[in-house]
Amino acid sequence: MTNISRRGLLGGAAALGAASALPGVAFGADYPSRPVQVIVPWGAGGGTDATGRIIASILEKQLGQPFNVVNRTGGSGVVGHSAIANAKPDGYTIGLITVEITMMHYAGLTDLTPANYTPLGMVNADSPGVTVSAKAPYKNIKDLADAIKSSKPGALKASGTGQGGIWHLALIGWLRAMGLEANHVTWVPSEGAAPAMQDLVAGGVDIVTASLPEARAMTDAGRAVSLATMGSAREGLFPDLPTLKESIGVEYSLETWRGLAGPKGMPTDVAATLEEAVAAVYNSSDYQEFMKGRGFGLRYMDASAYGTFMERADKSMGETMKAAGLAR
Amino acid sequence: MSDVLLQALTLVLDPYVLLVVLVSGAFGMFVGALPGLTATMATALLVPITFFMDPVPALAAIVTASSMAIFAGDIPGAILRMPGTPASAAYVEDSFRLGRKGELNLALGIGVVGSAIGGLFGVALLIFAAPLLAEFALNFTSFEFFWLAALGLSCAIFIASDRPLKAFVALLIGLGAATIGLDPAAGAPRFTFGSTELLAGVPFIPAMIGLFAISEVLRGVWKISSAPRVGETPKVEGSIFGKAAPMLWRYRLNVLRGSTLGSLIGALPGAGADIAAWMSYAVSKRFSKQPEQYGQGHAEGLVDASAANNSAVGGSWIPALVFGIPGDSVTAIVIGVLYMKGMNPGPTVFLQNPQLIYAVFVIFILANLIMVPLGWVAIRVAGRILRVPSGILFPLIMTLCVVGAFAMTNSVYGIIVMLSFGVLGWFLEENGVPIGPIILGLVIGPLFERMFMTSMIKADGELLAFFERPMAAALGVLVVLIWSLAAIRALRLSGAWLLTRR
Repeated sequence: MTNISRRGLLGGAAALGAASALPGVAFGADYPSRPVQVIVPWGAGGGTDATGRIIASILEKQLGQPFNVVNRTGGSGVVGHSAIANAKPDGYTIGLITVEITMMHYAGLTDLTPANYTPLGMVNADSPGVTVSAKAPYKNIKDLADAIKSSKPGALKASGTGQGGIWHLALIGWLRAMGLEANHVTWVPSEGAAPAMQDLVAGGVDIVTASLPEARAMTDAGRAVSLATMGSAREGLFPDLPTLKESIGVEYSLETWRGLAGPKGMPTDVAATLEEAVAAVYNSSDYQEFMKGRGFGLRYMDASAYGTFMERADKSMGETMKAAGLAR
Repeated sequence: MSDVLLQALTLVLDPYVLLVVLVSGAFGMFVGALPGLTATMATALLVPITFFMDPVPALAAIVTASSMAIFAGDIPGAILRMPGTPASAAYVEDSFRLGRKGELNLALGIGVVGSAIGGLFGVALLIFAAPLLAEFALNFTSFEFFWLAALGLSCAIFIASDRPLKAFVALLIGLGAATIGLDPAAGAPRFTFGSTELLAGVPFIPAMIGLFAISEVLRGVWKISSAPRVGETPKVEGSIFGKAAPMLWRYRLNVLRGSTLGSLIGALPGAGADIAAWMSYAVSKRFSKQPEQYGQGHAEGLVDASAANNSAVGGSWIPALVFGIPGDSVTAIVIGVLYMKGMNPGPTVFLQNPQLIYAVFVIFILANLIMVPLGWVAIRVAGRILRVPSGILFPLIMTLCVVGAFAMTNSVYGIIVMLSFGVLGWFLEENGVPIGPIILGLVIGPLFERMFMTSMIKADGELLAFFERPMAAALGVLVVLIWSLAAIRALRLSGAWLLTRR
């Protein structure tokens, strides 16, 4: 009895598998035939959310089906990234994955790595900046770098995000490139860039390494001054700010990035349709203008380039985090 | 400045926003007028809907609904002797007895006009004080914020409750739930048991919906069979404003006193409209020439307290906007909504989105003006609102709750959290434990912990650093003082107890 029912079950399962494989082959042609969910692992109102929403609205126009943005927040991005990776790989759940996917598995928060996704294209990259209070004595990045080098370890404090967050790694990378210890400047964890900027202006910390657009409200109000970008080149919206290399000769740059991806194992034709659509979104004037308006960096990579990029970024992130003692 | 004001006006004077104000105003009136359904619940049920709106209409909905609900609580108080919201409980005897004397129109007229005036007063304080305070608070570092959070938590126990011990228990439950998830300093998972959902912590809006709405539904279900049906309600006859206007003029100083006291109490973290009403009613009685008339259907205390509870609505936004510390449970939700809309509350909010904040101010004024005509309608149709059968009402609320909780997390997790907190809230309230402090613990707890850790890292573990900056020292002394006074009082009480025992 049990044997028969088990065999029946197995047969059923096999049939089910075959049945589900069939439309998988067929539906590439008419994909998408129903609404698509776009998961954003960060909160509504933030930069990733804004990027996700503009992309979804343009995809909707292009592919003729609703693309609904769903915020799955919390756990430093783990919740949303898991939701994307664990979705059915049929192209009806995709998401915006961010640089944190190369970080959180080293921090021991999840097992997910870039290998758990089908990359569809990178759409944005931003660099950390170096911002100090308007009341601080540093006139330029060289003043600050000298002050850091001559300071006692732990005397200066920096902030911008949580412990082991991307802006923290930016600080560590910069310090190490100057031949200093990773904790030469103490990191003060904060819940994002805005509270860190507030603390900077109030005199609680000395340096904020958040991105330049994030520091903009305070620099525009004349309460803080950005001194440099940690990107590999000057940024479009901030042409006067030098890179570390050209100003103080330090070979260091870092970028955060966002890109579209689906769960691993998506049908190739569906992935190809989406990749093409993402490229078109990136090149649309709506997207370009939106990103420039918000001060977000524009950067595109096609699916395979994005995949290789993530693999490389994952390795180097691991090295930095281990060196900084942030890997668990 | 005038530029920002103009932008704010354009944001508000948009047909869609105005429609939102009208509809949420009617919604707030309805919820507030139903006994047991509070202003907090009106707000909590609105949040999921505001989720899909732009920041200005979203905040407009919350501002309008909460203001209306606080007034509308007077209606069933006067008609049935059942205050619609706790904020109307202080003067329910007076308004009900006025009604029995055939002066229902006077009682409710004072309620609606007094509320509108008080509300406008609270807004005025908000408009003038918040930007100044924010400018001042720009110099606050984690040390000052730590003490502010401590002050908020202390107020939640000692000022906002007449049962400090039970309030403390509730606060600890909130603080405990707030520790679930990633810890704010080192990013280590706590109490997550390997669950991805728990890594995100307890989402506080589903928790809030559970505590304030589900618990009420549960209580309602329990009583549904035993509760007497609301039969014929007395009709409101005569002019509503005709009699109230001269009365308010006669007690104009009471209006002023109630509004001032109310908005200041509202501005205290943890104390909201209900405390404001109780306090101003007590003050009014204390300084009245006819204190013996209070509770017998006397209008004087009614004037003070109905101005006070609505002025507290505006006042409670001050700490919420400027420090991110909620003034009461409604603004605790507001803080969540502000974060969702990318308008992080704190002193920088006036630098980053001044036009949105000024739009909120404009909406506040608008909501208090529209309160008079909407209130008039609500008073006229009160009988019908009160006769909505709970068999229809509770399933409706339940549906809104489930949809809302799901929308917050986009997963069943939100619903589970909501239901758990609903049962918890029901259980606690049945046992006389207030649930407001739970929410304050959930909202202030993470801030408290983060600011403590941040300060300790900055000070290299030196505890005295918490008193080094002048402002931090002043706030710190204040907190220590509050706790010492409470300790002294507790010692005296137990001393007295010991003496009587001996």
